[in-house]
Amino acid sequence: MKPAADTGPATGDAVLSARNIVMSYGGVHALKGVNFDIHRGKVTTLFGENGAGKSTLMKILSGVVTPTSGDIVLDGNLVSFSSSSDARDRGISIIHQELSLAPNLSVRDNIFMGRELRTRTGLDFAEEQRQARALMADLEEDIDPMTLVEDLRLGQQQIVEIARALSVDSRILIMDEPTSALSATEVEVLFKVIRDLTSRGVSIVYISHHLEEALQITDYAVVLRDGAITATAEARDIDLEWIVRNMVGENFDLGSPPTGHEFGEVALSIEDVSVVDTSGSGYSVVDHLSLDVRAGEIVCIYGLMGAGRTELLEAVAGRVPMAGGRALLEGEDVSGLSIAQRISRGLVLVPEDRQRDGLVQTMTVGRNLSLASIEAFARGLFLSRSRERELVEDSIRKVTVKTAGGNAMIGSLSGGNQQKVVIGKMLTTNPKVILLDEPSRGIDVGAKAEVFRLLSERAAQGLAVVFSTSEVNECLSIAHRIVVMRRGRISAEFGANATKEQIMAASGEAVVA
Amino acid sequence: MTDVSQARKQSSPSASEGFDLAKLLLEGRAFFALIVIIVVFSILSPYYLSVANFLTMASHVAIFGILAIGMLLVILNGGIDLSVGSTLGLAGVVAGFLMQGVTLSWLGVVLYPPVWVVAVLACMLGAVVGLINGVLIARFKVPAFVATLGVMYMARGLALLMTSGLTYNNLGGKPELGNTGFDALGFNRLFGVPTGVVVLVVIALIGSIVLNRTAFGRWLYASGGNERAAELSGVPVKTVQISVYVLSGICAAIAGLILSSQLTSAGPTAGTTYELTAIAAVVIGGAALTGGRGNIRGTLLGAFVIGFLSDGLVIIGISSYWQTVFTGAVIVLAVLLNAVQYRRRSKLPSATGGQPTSQKRGKAEPANPAQGKTAR
Repeated sequence: MKPAADTGPATGDAVLSARNIVMSYGGVHALKGVNFDIHRGKVTTLFGENGAGKSTLMKILSGVVTPTSGDIVLDGNLVSFSSSSDARDRGISIIHQELSLAPNLSVRDNIFMGRELRTRTGLDFAEEQRQARALMADLEEDIDPMTLVEDLRLGQQQIVEIARALSVDSRILIMDEPTSALSATEVEVLFKVIRDLTSRGVSIVYISHHLEEALQITDYAVVLRDGAITATAEARDIDLEWIVRNMVGENFDLGSPPTGHEFGEVALSIEDVSVVDTSGSGYSVVDHLSLDVRAGEIVCIYGLMGAGRTELLEAVAGRVPMAGGRALLEGEDVSGLSIAQRISRGLVLVPEDRQRDGLVQTMTVGRNLSLASIEAFARGLFLSRSRERELVEDSIRKVTVKTAGGNAMIGSLSGGNQQKVVIGKMLTTNPKVILLDEPSRGIDVGAKAEVFRLLSERAAQGLAVVFSTSEVNECLSIAHRIVVMRRGRISAEFGANATKEQIMAASGEAVVA
Repeated sequence: MTDVSQARKQSSPSASEGFDLAKLLLEGRAFFALIVIIVVFSILSPYYLSVANFLTMASHVAIFGILAIGMLLVILNGGIDLSVGSTLGLAGVVAGFLMQGVTLSWLGVVLYPPVWVVAVLACMLGAVVGLINGVLIARFKVPAFVATLGVMYMARGLALLMTSGLTYNNLGGKPELGNTGFDALGFNRLFGVPTGVVVLVVIALIGSIVLNRTAFGRWLYASGGNERAAELSGVPVKTVQISVYVLSGICAAIAGLILSSQLTSAGPTAGTTYELTAIAAVVIGGAALTGGRGNIRGTLLGAFVIGFLSDGLVIIGISSYWQTVFTGAVIVLAVLLNAVQYRRRSKLPSATGGQPTSQKRGKAEPANPAQGKTAR
């Protein structure tokens, strides 16, 4: 790839440039030869869907990870960062998407973590406290520096994270989704701080899923898709529609809704379900939501991070308690049942995080596949090995897992095949309703298409499928019906013929006229 | 399909090939260690390599072995049971107390339960101690280390209280009372083999079948490997967790009976620090303290390594202080090799070890490193 092909219009004023950056994890190419410029004293925004490689690129530019190949040019000199503190010493700091605070320490201690101010005899707590207080004042946040971080609400924690990055006096500040937990007022204050910083010559890289919000603050827009830069422009030349078009790109064919079968009776009925946030704030992450899904129907739940999709699905599956409402499986109330009882009645969940919730890494592919259907091959007190082998081989064939066999360790599989094992494990129980939370997360597009094909085949046989996603393209694939969630409620419902713009508008991501 | 799976397919076999000898030595390390111990001591002492000595050593190993099998179940679940040494002592004392006869003053009679009743009651006591551990840990979310540490003190304290610190020396019973036969629990021999060793073999066989051939065994490996995934797959993780502590308590009580029988006395301080020996045996046997990995065969080998090593050092006349040092060194070496083995496994793409069970329910869990790579 020639650098000239996708370098921005203003190469001259780039303070930090990435040249031909390639990043591979095992066989997965997260970045495929990316050229990216950070403009001096400006806000450069990086747009892209989940998994496009935005965070990976930012981690490379801030020295958190080292790229597989490619160069980083700082002020015209070739550099390589040995660590994030090396990058920080050169004036580059990053606000990570996931908070990296120690909840048991105070705001002050978090802000100065790893670079404590010293006196001759110890730490200069008074000066740290004074600076922390000044930072909070700049951010117009009324937080005492001695408050423990765990006592702050999520948005305030994010402010502390931002304050920590600001305290370093960096020349380049990377903000990876800094506003996901902030209120509108807090976002305004942050934008004021950003403008103040740029007027002092600080260069900002901004990443956000809230496209409109990002468009307000940005000077340059760069779009990343599937590990490559697809478009670069100055903010004054572009609009939301341009961003969406370049972000989403041409549809990779993920299939279309299966037809030719009649929907059956209502298989799953969610009635007025509420779920309260687990952190004890009393805030409803799912707010009196109702939804019916019929046998053979595929429903996609679209929403941004924090819209309440995961909580809804986990409450229906029995993982988290409902604060109100109930879930009916073929007319029977399952709200009071254990997860195991729901599985045996035919209601199963494929969790969002397959490493954390889906797989047992210490077991083989076969034992993972058979884990949810042990009764099916138990003979009295003992397990029948031959029956289990049949079950596993059948399952591997049906969900097309590419593996050396049931005895291979689960860790030897690719991400896509691991995901198929998690789905296969649940399908082996012969469910009536399957809930899938972001089934395409972290798997490549080919595996994604296979997963969707599998689901539409099973739907044609009468399985009710509910899957959640944060990628618009996936809604517009196999789903018969698209439900958009926003702040714990259903904000819109569409048929299979909805447009990307409609869906994104309903989610609050972008209001397109 | 895609380049992803093909790249993985090529890379994963190469990671397991090429280290054949190293891998064999690493995975069979407890077995090789045992052979080395036997060979070295046989050269150093003419008395070591004999059937009589092996049977004596084996009857010592039986105590640790039975404790270690119970401990293995707990460790497979990702927990730890520090109370087994005290439970062993308490069960022995209670058995000793029952053998002296139970005076029911309001009826004016003294009951002398037969030995099998004593044994059953002692095992039930062990089960109750385990149940307390299990309920504290599974139901009230007390960290296993702390819960079993507390129970360890309580059980030891009760044993001391019951005897005012003294030892029951008369466990023989009287033929006219029908309560003889305590010797049969560990001291006597069955076809020349000490009963303690026979019991160990039986427990090991049952344990092996339970772990490999029953749903409970599968549940235990799954919930120890990843409790969250197991729960979402319908595994009754709480029941499993409570059960392993109950089973560990029963194993400790059985070991207590055997030890009292071997020593023909039941003292309240019996089994002090045995929990640590049991943990060491499990670890030397290749189990991961994070849960989900380990088996009976390895644990037995671990128990034999410790037992044969310390008895060997006694036979060649090395001071007991040095024995302690040697045993410690073997444990450190074993843990070191465990770390090497599991690190090598985790180097495979996206293979990560299980996490400790008791901390898994925390809300703000850092993303798994391998998962972070695939997600972004």
